Amino acid sequence: MDRAKTSTLTGAEIVIRCLQEEGVEYVFGYPGGAVLFIYDELFKQDKVKHVLVRHEQGAVHAADGYSRSSKKVGVALVTSGPGVTNAVTGIATAYMDSIPMVVITGQVPTAAIGLDAFQECDTVGITRPIVKHNFLVKNVADLASTMKKAFHIATTGRPGPVVVDIPKDVTQHPCEFQYPDSVQMRSYNPVRKGHAGQIKKAVQLLLEAERPFVYSGGGVVLANASDQLRELVRQLGVPCTNTLMGLGAYPATDQQFLGMLGMHGTYEANMAMQHCDVLLAIGARFDDRVIGNPAHFAQNPRKIIHIDIDPSSISKRVKVDVPIVGNITDVLQDLLGLLKNAKTRDLKPWWSQIAEWRAKDCLRYDRKSAIIKPQFVLEKLYEVTKGQAFVTSDVGQHQMWAAQFYKFDEPRRWINSGGLGTMGFGLPAAMGAQLANPGAAVACVTGESSIQMCLQELSTCKQYRLPIKIINLNNKYMGMVRQWQQFFHGNRYSESYMDALPDFVKVAEGYGHRGVLIDKPADVEPALREAFSAKNELVFLDFLTDQKENVYPMVPGGKGITEMILYEDL
Amino acid sequence: MSRHIISVLVENEAGALSRISGLFSARGYNIETLTVAPTEDASMSRMTIVTTGSEDVIEQITKQLNKLIEVVKVIDLSEAEHIERELMLIKVRAGLKEREDMKRMADIFRGRIIDVSDNTYTIELTGDTRKLDAFIKSLDQGTIIETVRTGASGIGRGNRVLRV
Repeated sequence: MDRAKTSTLTGAEIVIRCLQEEGVEYVFGYPGGAVLFIYDELFKQDKVKHVLVRHEQGAVHAADGYSRSSKKVGVALVTSGPGVTNAVTGIATAYMDSIPMVVITGQVPTAAIGLDAFQECDTVGITRPIVKHNFLVKNVADLASTMKKAFHIATTGRPGPVVVDIPKDVTQHPCEFQYPDSVQMRSYNPVRKGHAGQIKKAVQLLLEAERPFVYSGGGVVLANASDQLRELVRQLGVPCTNTLMGLGAYPATDQQFLGMLGMHGTYEANMAMQHCDVLLAIGARFDDRVIGNPAHFAQNPRKIIHIDIDPSSISKRVKVDVPIVGNITDVLQDLLGLLKNAKTRDLKPWWSQIAEWRAKDCLRYDRKSAIIKPQFVLEKLYEVTKGQAFVTSDVGQHQMWAAQFYKFDEPRRWINSGGLGTMGFGLPAAMGAQLANPGAAVACVTGESSIQMCLQELSTCKQYRLPIKIINLNNKYMGMVRQWQQFFHGNRYSESYMDALPDFVKVAEGYGHRGVLIDKPADVEPALREAFSAKNELVFLDFLTDQKENVYPMVPGGKGITEMILYEDL
Repeated sequence: MSRHIISVLVENEAGALSRISGLFSARGYNIETLTVAPTEDASMSRMTIVTTGSEDVIEQITKQLNKLIEVVKVIDLSEAEHIERELMLIKVRAGLKEREDMKRMADIFRGRIIDVSDNTYTIELTGDTRKLDAFIKSLDQGTIIETVRTGASGIGRGNRVLRV
C-alpha cells in the first residue's frame, strides 16, 4: 500500500483529497448547510481553487464551459435542497451535450433522509433522468471509491455528468483514505475499437461513392478526433458539414467545408445531405434539428455509415447500413490506415453540383442597412478576434448567427447549449472558458432576453476579474420566438416583446464593469476593437440591432431539410 | 408491434429498479409486467420485463437498458426458444353451489387450492401468461373475488443462458 495515499481522514477531507488526486484545478460552487464541512476543508488548502458563483445554475454552466473549452472534467459543488434544484438546469444542459462533469451535492444527514428535513430533496431521484449516473454515498468507507467511479464514468465512453450526493454526517465521519488507482466495474466497460469488418465495408462504400458526404457532430469534439477527421476528409477529397455541436472540428474556412447543416444550416450543406449517395456520419445523432422530418430524409436512397461510441445513437431516428460502435479517434485511425494507398474516385461532377448550390449565397443579408444587422456584428467579431476567440452563446437567433458567421477553425472554441437549448448558459459558460484559458479572448454572444437569465454572474466576473466581452445583440424581442410567430403564428407576437428592459450600460457599471451602447453600424468595429484591447476588463457591448431580422435559411419544424425558407423568399 | 420478454441482469443496488422503470416511462416504452429478485449471487438481481413494441423500439429498449451503468447484461428472450412462467393467486367464490365446479376447473388447469374458507377458495396457478388468462376467462366472472399475478419470469431453453 502506498503510504502517502493512506491515512485517516474525515469524509470532507476525503472529498478534497479525491479532487486533488484527480488534478482538479477549479470547483465552481455555492456553500450551504449540508456542505459546510467540505467548504471548511476547501478553506484549509490551496490546490483546488473554488469559484464562488451567484446562483447554482451558474456553477454548473461554468463547470460545463470550463470542460468544453479545455478537454478537462468540470466540477461543481452545491448544497442540498434548493442548491440541487437550482443546479438541475445546468446538469440537464451538460447531459444533453454529453459533457464530462462531476457534481458534488450535499445531502441532509443520513438519519434525516426521508423525513422531510430542512433543505432536503431526493437528489438522486430528481437528477436520475439527466445524469449519466448518480450515487448517494451512505457510508464514508465508500466515498473514495465512489469519487473515483464518478470521474471514471463521467470521462469515459460517451461522457456525461455524474452526481455524487453526500449526506452531511458522512462528511464528518473518519475513515482510512486510499484513493484507488483504477476502477473495475463488471457492468460498465465502454468499447474502444470498432468492428474491423464494418470498417472495411465503410471504406469500400466511401471509395465507390459518386456523391460522398461527411456529416460530423459533437462526438468528434468530445473524442478530440478533429485531426483524424481533417485527414480523412482531405484524403477522400469529399465535402463535409458539421452540426451545431461539431463546429470547429473541421475548419470552417476550408474549401471542403459546406457550413453547418440543419434547421438553420446552409443551403449547400442541407442539399448535399439530402442528395449524397454515401453518407458518413461521425459522432452525430440525426436529431430533429439536423435532418428535420426523417420520412422526407428517407425519400432519397443513400448508404449510411455511422460511427458513434453510443450504440443507442445508432439507428434511433434514421436506419443505418453500416453501424460502427467505437471510440471515434480509434475508428478513424483504422479507417485512415485502410485508406492509405487507396485510389479515390473522381468527384468533379459532385463538386460542380455543390458549386451550383453554393452560388445561392444563402447567408447573404442587407449590408447597406442603416440599422445594425446582427450578422454584421458577428462578422466584425470574427475579424477583430481573428477567428481565435472562445465564443460562448445563449439560445436563440444570436446563437444561430454566431454559428453561421463566426468561422471556427479549431474545436472547443464554440461553446453553446445545443441539445437542451438553455437560455442563460452563455455568461457562466464564458466564466469557465476564461478560467480554463487565461489570457485568451472570450466572447459571450447573447441577446437581451437570454443574458437576463443568468445576469447575476456579472458579479462573479468582477470577483475573479474575468475579462469576458459580452456581445449583446439587443433587438428587444425574444428573437427566435418572434421569428416563429411571424412565420407560423400570423404575426401575433404573443409575449415575445420585453417591456422595461434595463439600461445594460448602467447594469454593467453597477456590477463594476464597463458598458457601451452601440447603435450605428459604423461604430460596431471600433467598439469591438476597443473592447478586446481591454485585456483586464469585462466589457458589456450592448448593440441595438434590427428588430425585424430573421435567421435564414430556415427549415420549418416537421419539414424536410431541403424545404428551406430562404432570404429571397420573403 | 409484438410482445417481447427482456431479461436483465442488474447490480443489486438501491435505485437500480427505479432507473429501469424511469427509463421506460421517460422514453415512452410499454411495460406489461416487470418482475425482479436477487439471483444465486446476491450481488445481482435478475429482472424480466414484458413489453410490446415495433422492432425499432425493442432495439432501442435493449440499447438504452445496456447504457445504464448498473445493468450488467440484457437479452431479448423472445428472440429464440425460451420458457415463460407466471404465478397467479386467485380467490374465488366457492359456496356449496360452486364448490364442485371450482375444484374441477382448478384441476383441469393444474391449479392447487391453497386456502379454503366457508365460501371461498384461493387457487394457485402457474403457467405462461396465456394459460392464466384462459383460466380467468373460463370462470364465471361473478365468482372472481380477487386476483394477484407476479408477472412473467423467463429463461432460455437448453444451452441459452444469461449470466456473467
